[in-house]
Amino acid sequence: MNDIRKTFDPQDGLEWEGPADLEQRLALPRRDFLKFCAGLAGTLGLPAGAEAAVAKAIESAKRPSVIWLHFQECTGCSESLLRAEHPTLEKLILDVISLDYHETLMAAAGHQAEKARKDAMAANKGKYILVVEGAIPTKENGIYCKVGGHTAIDITKECAADAAAVIAIGSCASWGGMPSTVPSIPGADSSPTGSAGVAEILGKPVVTIPGCPPNPYNFLATAVHFLTFGSLPATDKLGRPLFAYGRLVHENCERRAHFDAGRFAMAFGDEGHRKGYCLYKLGCKGPETYANCPAIGFGDAGEGNWPVGCGHPCIGCTEKGVGFTKPIHTVAKMLNVAPPLQYPRISEDIGKGSSFASAAALAAIAGAAAGGAAMLARNLGLSHQAAELEKAKEAKPKAEA
Amino acid sequence: MSTRRDFLKRALAGTLVGAGGTASGLALARETHPVPPEALGLLYDATLCVGCKACVSACKQANGNPPEFNTADPLWDAPLDTSGHTFNIIKMYRNGTMEKKDAETNGYAFMKISCMHCADPSCVSACPVSAMTKDPVTGIVGYNPNKCIGCRYCVAACPFGIPKYQFDDPLGRIGKCELCRHRHGEGHYSACAEVCPTGATLFGKTADLLAEAKRRLALKPGEKAVYPRGRLGDAAAPGVNWRVEPDQRYEGTVGTYVPHVYGETEYGGTQVLKLSGVPFEKVGLPNLPPYSSAATSETIQHGLYGGLLMPIAVLAGLTFIAKRNVKPEEGDEQ
Repeated sequence: MNDIRKTFDPQDGLEWEGPADLEQRLALPRRDFLKFCAGLAGTLGLPAGAEAAVAKAIESAKRPSVIWLHFQECTGCSESLLRAEHPTLEKLILDVISLDYHETLMAAAGHQAEKARKDAMAANKGKYILVVEGAIPTKENGIYCKVGGHTAIDITKECAADAAAVIAIGSCASWGGMPSTVPSIPGADSSPTGSAGVAEILGKPVVTIPGCPPNPYNFLATAVHFLTFGSLPATDKLGRPLFAYGRLVHENCERRAHFDAGRFAMAFGDEGHRKGYCLYKLGCKGPETYANCPAIGFGDAGEGNWPVGCGHPCIGCTEKGVGFTKPIHTVAKMLNVAPPLQYPRISEDIGKGSSFASAAALAAIAGAAAGGAAMLARNLGLSHQAAELEKAKEAKPKAEA
Repeated sequence: MSTRRDFLKRALAGTLVGAGGTASGLALARETHPVPPEALGLLYDATLCVGCKACVSACKQANGNPPEFNTADPLWDAPLDTSGHTFNIIKMYRNGTMEKKDAETNGYAFMKISCMHCADPSCVSACPVSAMTKDPVTGIVGYNPNKCIGCRYCVAACPFGIPKYQFDDPLGRIGKCELCRHRHGEGHYSACAEVCPTGATLFGKTADLLAEAKRRLALKPGEKAVYPRGRLGDAAAPGVNWRVEPDQRYEGTVGTYVPHVYGETEYGGTQVLKLSGVPFEKVGLPNLPPYSSAATSETIQHGLYGGLLMPIAVLAGLTFIAKRNVKPEEGDEQ
């Protein structure tokens, strides 16, 4: 907590604006704004109280410059971000950050647009955030995607050189995604344009927000993390923020109980499918895909609104080698078996060893039994002796007679 | 009066009786019964098992068994072993860091433990009242609680430790897998195979299952192969129409197997077959000879009791000892 406060020490040079200014700028009541900040802090998995830090960071008048590049893609990632609903995200996208270059959203065109990019890069050298959407073709020196006469490779390298942080949004920018799929033509060993991800082009790891499209809140939370803490969040080895991609879809899936009980939809529209049974047998890739889809849903349309919630198996779009690679209805590989301690061992020790009390009780019973037996034998011996004496007595008079 | 001559005569008689018993025993020696040609069974492939325990859950449901609690909170059905209320269980082999599935060192593996449905079951042989029976066609080892006298000889006889008594119930019975034969009439086969998501448990004719197991052993580890799920082929049983299911075959990756089908020869053959990546002895499947103890014990027992030879021999021996120990009173001789 102290660390969070420290980041916002007034000596950092951050300028605060009054609540009235903020409400005007964001066209958002303060209450809703704080709710949004708390939501983002929650998505990031930050401790209670962090929403205040997030709020202060967003309130800051210093809006980071963002340059957003588009290459081989469908703009679905941008669309997904614009459709985020709580609250009106376009306000935050346009007002919280300074989106200086975004081919879909900017009004400028042609040389004007290119100038805006160059200006933003020069003015915010070493401070701007570079966001890349879409794969980058590499075949024939990258001639398959050009903007303003420059190849995607050149533009990426140029923009990344002075960027404070590089974020690859969507599966295409993360590893090549759908454009990198090898066609099912005999002999084909790469995609027609040799599409690659940003990290491959830059030769260094970047933060990736894979998904097709990715969940807007995962991107937003990553950007706000950068705003709040001045650094990007912790990632896995594929560059995915752990707060969003730390767990398998299967682990948090609302249909998990059906999997554990062996209730599966066998065909689309069958009884099990209508009842919401597990989609594993229809090819759900949840067991081998890391994403937080079941936890936060999609499209802000309420609970259960994500592919599996709607009745379609997960296609593994956030996972390289699964999404766009494995056939959609191929059975997934189970990546982990949790929790392993729930399984009995091959030979399980059942019952406990003897306790002192039980051993003592047993010893007492054994002792009593032994003592009783000894006494019985002794008494039998005595009665035998007595009988012998009787016989002897009787025999004596006979002999005398 | 007992003379040396009499003693020798009796001793010779005893020897002859004893020899006769042995001779007849050899004559009555029986072979281990083979698996019936139309026998039904299961094939469990540990390399395909993902440990979801859907089979354990389905088995409980199909057989109306209550959950068994072994954790601090009585929330989950967590049996530690098969019991009178748990006919099927998934156990886990653990070694070292448990990193790799189906690896013997630093790995883990699953094993499904349930009735093996032996070709020549010891429980059936041991049962004094034929409460345990083996179906001549399907080969299912069934249990009839109405005939059972609760002696639990079957519990002691089974080499796999499968039949278990419900000690917690004053009117307890033996609990064991009967391949869901009570559901066959409705067209349902073994619940464990029916729900298995990966086809790790497969239901079918033992002969078909053995062929399928051998097909898998012949595949190269790592390559792609098509695996069936649920019911294999047309596992026909008399008067049973299996319900129609969609084609559930899928393409999977071939695992690394121990090159042996457990149950092909063990104990003279079992109708439930197992494949594993970890040596069978380490996952709780005992190393058994290729013949059934039922054959051995019945040979000995039927030999000894054939023609009441052993009782006669014992009686003769007892008579001899008794006679020798009788000291005639001196007055009797006069």
